[in-house]
Amino acid sequence: MSMRRVAVVGAGMTKFVRRSQETGRELSWEAVSKALESCEMSLDQMDCVVMGSAPDAFDGVHMKAEWLSDGAGAWGKPYMRGYVGGGTGVFAPAQGWYHIASGLFDTCLVVCEERMSPTQPHPQAAFNSIFDNFTERALGPNLLWIFALEMNAYMNRYGLKKEDIALVSVKNKRNAADHPASLLGDPNITVQDVLNSEVLAWPVQRLDVSPITDGAVALVLAAEPVARRVTPKPVWIEGVGWCLDTAYWTNRDLSYPTYVEEAARMAYKMAGIKEPRKEIHIAEPYDPFDYKELHHLEGLMLFGKGQAPEATARGVTQRTGDLPVCPSGGLLGVGNPIAAAGLMKIAELFWQLRGEAGKRQVPGDPRRGVAQAWGDLMQVGTVVVMGK
Amino acid sequence: MEHLVYPSKGLSEQAFEKREVLFETWHVKAEYAWDTGVAIGKYLAELKEGRIVGRRCFKCKRVMVPPRMFCEHCFRPTDEWAYVQDIGTVKTFSLCYVRWDMVRLTEPEIPAVIDLDGASRGMGIMHKLGAVDSRAVKIGMRVQAVWKPPAERTGSITDIAYFKPL
Ligand SMILES: [Zn+2]
Repeated sequence: MSMRRVAVVGAGMTKFVRRSQETGRELSWEAVSKALESCEMSLDQMDCVVMGSAPDAFDGVHMKAEWLSDGAGAWGKPYMRGYVGGGTGVFAPAQGWYHIASGLFDTCLVVCEERMSPTQPHPQAAFNSIFDNFTERALGPNLLWIFALEMNAYMNRYGLKKEDIALVSVKNKRNAADHPASLLGDPNITVQDVLNSEVLAWPVQRLDVSPITDGAVALVLAAEPVARRVTPKPVWIEGVGWCLDTAYWTNRDLSYPTYVEEAARMAYKMAGIKEPRKEIHIAEPYDPFDYKELHHLEGLMLFGKGQAPEATARGVTQRTGDLPVCPSGGLLGVGNPIAAAGLMKIAELFWQLRGEAGKRQVPGDPRRGVAQAWGDLMQVGTVVVMGK
Repeated sequence: MEHLVYPSKGLSEQAFEKREVLFETWHVKAEYAWDTGVAIGKYLAELKEGRIVGRRCFKCKRVMVPPRMFCEHCFRPTDEWAYVQDIGTVKTFSLCYVRWDMVRLTEPEIPAVIDLDGASRGMGIMHKLGAVDSRAVKIGMRVQAVWKPPAERTGSITDIAYFKPL
């Protein structure tokens, strides 16, 4: 493929909070201003803008991206919104990548914003209409059902216990204690705390789930010649991939995310990765629920099927382990403003690979990382590989 | 990177609940009338008769439930209607103690994915389990549909009240 190299050269974000005083536009502006500040570039230097934001229903504002556009710095610029549900935050940088890789633009501002807090009485209400309107909705489903059904299928397939999975929540919430934007960082949380938390939809308990969050994240992407002028430490987007499984979700094998594997294969091929476990040094898989980190690590082929829990128990995925996973603290710890949470993972790889992650810095000079998000009706995988 | 996190202002739940901040509210009223389409129309009409119908694809040999007029695998029209059993196997389940608005339930709802006998392997449908002690529910459990009386059926997935252990 004759594509141009594209680098991330700047990143910024808001704090992740339960309910922001700022509007979505204001949050977008805050994140963008920090991203531009980080690379000492101005909005005039941005050729185009990509916005990622999940359901309009959260805000009760139709065509939300147009509403957010001024805060995202899109006034008078080529602008587009990508939307693949929870997968959006890792899809938006892939869109930014092809805007530049294609030769169409030299720079791209990628902004992801989400406010879950406006939806009353609870943001779950925004998801009631994702279920099939004839064959499912009359049963009165709620969003937790599908995660609980998937988690139980995964646990049953490999004979896993709640304790095996709670380790992920503990690791990520502890990691998040070192993240300055974090909502739920907790250096002292234990497996027992997770196991004692309120049962929502067995096997899902309160501390297995990421919190309702508001926040925004922005990145500056640049073509190679621009990137080399702007920073001595560009972080390259080496591979992107995405894949969608069938919407007949009850017809799928819920114990394995095939769509993540397909997306990863696409990204790894582009990045020239043949042995992901050896060639990737940091992973930021999507972790809205603790079991999802394990599920996705397997889909990303970083561990064999059913083997991510055992690796987690051995400490392999700790920040100081052989393959640090969610050193940011992930959605479980930093928070889960849907699209912004995915882009936070890309920002984390950017800071980690530049050695700028502060207290969260992974030791050993990591050179390559993978981030992944997941969404729609549990059916989309989005993957980005980054390297220095 | 601490300086790259904007000092955004988080509001507490209490500040919001006590109306210490200004906010506007809006109630959406949305009404739709959906035509059921060919495949699902037949599926719902058969449920009203106390039967579960799928569609067979001659190429990949799958019997698909819910039925569809085209095979998404072969991307060609499906070929014939195929009745499946109202008996099946629990593929996965949950004990759900909260409603969609997070109000707690004293007795859990038990959503499940059920593989129906006669459908291709893995072709499950979502429904609920009932008439069972929630502690006794297991993956692999055999269950059967409990139909509403014919006079109460409306051509809906809820014409099956729930599935109970065989
Ligand atoms: Zn077929």
